[in-house]
Amino acid sequence: MIGDAAFRAGRFWAVSFVVAVLLLLLTRAAIQNEYFFFAAYVVLQYVVLATAWNILGGYTGYINFGIGAFFAVGAYCSVVLHKLASVPVPVMMLAAGIASGIIGLGMGYLTLRLRGVFFAIATLAMAIVAQTLIVNWDFVGGSRGIYIIRPQHAPFFGDYVEYLYSLMLLLSWIAIATARTIERSRLGLGFNAIRDDEAAAEAAGVPTLRLKLIATTLSGALMGMAGAPLPYYVTYLDPASSFSLSYAVNSVAMPVIGGMTSWIGPVIGAVLLGTIQQVATVTISSALNLLIVGLLLIGFVIVAPNGIIGLIQSRRRARGAR
Amino acid sequence: MEISLNLLVNAVVSGLLLGGFYAAVTVGVTISFGMLDIVNIAHPAFIMAGSFVAYALNSAWGLDPILVGVGAAPVFFVIGLLVYQIYFYAFERRGEESMQGLAFFFGLLFVGEVSLILVFGVDYRFVEAPYIGPSLHFGFVELPLRMLIPCAVALIMVAVLQLYLGRSFIGRAILAVSQDRLALQLMAANPARVKCIAFGLSIATAAVAGALLIIIQPVEPSIGRDYIGRIFAICVLGGMTSFPGMVAGAMLIGVAESITATFYGPSWAPAVAFGFLLLTLAIRPAGLLGR
Repeated sequence: MIGDAAFRAGRFWAVSFVVAVLLLLLTRAAIQNEYFFFAAYVVLQYVVLATAWNILGGYTGYINFGIGAFFAVGAYCSVVLHKLASVPVPVMMLAAGIASGIIGLGMGYLTLRLRGVFFAIATLAMAIVAQTLIVNWDFVGGSRGIYIIRPQHAPFFGDYVEYLYSLMLLLSWIAIATARTIERSRLGLGFNAIRDDEAAAEAAGVPTLRLKLIATTLSGALMGMAGAPLPYYVTYLDPASSFSLSYAVNSVAMPVIGGMTSWIGPVIGAVLLGTIQQVATVTISSALNLLIVGLLLIGFVIVAPNGIIGLIQSRRRARGAR
Repeated sequence: MEISLNLLVNAVVSGLLLGGFYAAVTVGVTISFGMLDIVNIAHPAFIMAGSFVAYALNSAWGLDPILVGVGAAPVFFVIGLLVYQIYFYAFERRGEESMQGLAFFFGLLFVGEVSLILVFGVDYRFVEAPYIGPSLHFGFVELPLRMLIPCAVALIMVAVLQLYLGRSFIGRAILAVSQDRLALQLMAANPARVKCIAFGLSIATAAVAGALLIIIQPVEPSIGRDYIGRIFAICVLGGMTSFPGMVAGAMLIGVAESITATFYGPSWAPAVAFGFLLLTLAIRPAGLLGR
């Protein structure tokens, strides 16, 4: 049985990898417009953030509002590496993943004492503490921010933004495949048990602390990796924008809108909401598109708490009953 | 040595004044979060709205910001009633309040902030009043009226609320909801109606708190976020439901922030409240005066 599950998980990794590579080759060969890659990078970044958030928030039910902390720590980790030595971006992503993963592990230990709402508030507090530390750290620019000069040429071919876009696409593949593997494994079963009733899960022999630590570490590491290419993407990084609450709102809104019970939910939410925002930023205004996200979040939470996936499932069920 | 003692005394005094103001900011959350179990993380957005109401009326007709705040409180009360109705029908009745409700208020916080940005822009705004500027001097201790008056108004508001909750019929019903909802239901009272009024009250305090905030410092829509952690830190530190505990917590955080800002620079001050919050949550979740 387990061998069968492992085989199926492996097949998903392989199939999704092929899809990702095909998508990458197709977009890079067919699309000449440079703006597409600029916009697609942001959408993919949200796919990673939403998927990472959902590993903790959707599967185990612990709400993390401190997305900014992980994301920005990842970005600032790259700044430090950039200033110390010239390392390729994938290495930076790895280092950022480790740094944010360690913070995630720390956050996991918070769950020993804090449940539910208190955990959520503590994560919000953690983001501000991290921001204060960065603001007061002159080496990475402090509150003034820092300019990052991109390397002249991308390592393989094409424009540098296209290179960052390719990396983000691969990271999205890793995040999605990880989330799906967790969902279909014993680990995911344990996560769901924690979400439904932590005390009962503990009593039934589920190693809740270890599972929660895995979830927070993984979720934090993926967010950090998503933040790592940011300095090269924006070329100017400051604490106010990298810790921006809009990352947190988006990363919460996207899984809620897409549906939190399945790996595909955050992906749908991120692609949909991310694309709407990119279009709205260009055609309307950037403040208004944040308003849209907020209103959509409120609307979905009230009307369709299980998101788009939930809507589809209930419609299918209704059809089956008829 | 003398100079640093001067500095220290001044820092403590201004911290106490700041703490009094923090009590006004927190009292609403102590009602909604502490007593009613409604995790209103959007409270800072309502405070910002209060600030901008005070700014708009002050700059248009030169009205006194505190009067505006008190005058706007009934309007905020009604807004609070409406928000609670939505919250009740969408989440509480379904029994899904904790997680969905949190996301709801998070969205509300964001919508409030962005709406203010769309209307007023991101510039810092301030009000004009005769007591902004002058200060009282006692020896080397300086008491700026800009801080003293908000502190006094805040403490009066908290005292009035304390009396109202303790003495009036509805006030006691609110306390009853916070203690045992089921028992209240058995007494043939409707907890949802009592909570509705209490939530309106908590939003009404935001109108006054916002007016006080814009007296103390220039305001721009996104500074509300800085208050999320501070408010909840004070609320938790004070033991969730007790007003005296909350005032003590507010003073403690005010002094700690003021000392940090004086001796280490203002850029470190935001971390103080959050440090306290994390420590309290980790070590003593019942708070200072909690049971």
